[in-house]
Amino acid sequence: MLPFIIATLDAFVIYLVLTAGSGEFLYFWSPGEFVMGIFLSVIVGAISRNYLCRSRNYRMLNPLRWLKFIVYGFGPFFLAMAKANLDVAYRVITGKIRPGIVKIDPKLKTDFGITFLANSITLTPGTLSVDVDEENNYLYVHWINVKKGQEKKEFADCKYVCGNFPEWARRVAE
Amino acid sequence: MWTDYLIWIFLIIGLIFNGLGTIGLLRFPDVYTRLHAATKATTFGSIFTSLAVVTYGFSQLYLTGNSANLTLSLHTIVAIAALILTNPVGAHAIARAAHRSGVMPEQAVVDKLAEVKK
Repeated sequence: MLPFIIATLDAFVIYLVLTAGSGEFLYFWSPGEFVMGIFLSVIVGAISRNYLCRSRNYRMLNPLRWLKFIVYGFGPFFLAMAKANLDVAYRVITGKIRPGIVKIDPKLKTDFGITFLANSITLTPGTLSVDVDEENNYLYVHWINVKKGQEKKEFADCKYVCGNFPEWARRVAE
Repeated sequence: MWTDYLIWIFLIIGLIFNGLGTIGLLRFPDVYTRLHAATKATTFGSIFTSLAVVTYGFSQLYLTGNSANLTLSLHTIVAIAALILTNPVGAHAIARAAHRSGVMPEQAVVDKLAEVKK
């Protein structure tokens, strides 16, 4: 039952965001859009309840995790993304690259945590997650400028590859 | 209004990064390094051009009170969220498919994935 409710509410909120400005009801919406939104979200929820939240683990319902996610998105993540973009811009202009695929061990346990970290790594230019070892949760990361000495190690240091992202992934997703 | 300057700044940052992404696509040697330039520098640029649209929508909403501008802003915010969510998935899929079909990174100093695959 809970996956149905979560999917319905999510679909309804997105529908409301997409139709804001359609009328005067509650300042933003027309009553017809409200009725149609509830109708469509119930259909979406009924279809997707078998596919979403399969692990039956509802830790992401905790609002504190959302708050941490928002803080992470606007704070350290955006800063790292801007810094890394400038770095890649420098490499585009000068052509100084030292590419390689390194292995990191972020010590995360859950699927969602590793997905979160892999997407964060890919979104910050300079690093691109290529593959994941699903048994041990190792990530293979293509790094455009491998730091001298890191290529000899079995596991590259997370500090240089992705900063403090693994700690944030642990805070938000685990 | 002062938001006009903000829109200009966002557009200029966005265009610079989109342009650099395109140059990187031409300059870099292989598929992985090109993915860095093509998918991510352009994401950053597109986020800023979209932010310019959001700023324009909200400033017009404030000036004219026309609710179509609110719709424009909110739809663009949804588009930014979709861009951030889907872009890494696409880049990851292309990189993984390239490595699986045997494209090795050029000029690479290390390739731990190829060592495992043997």
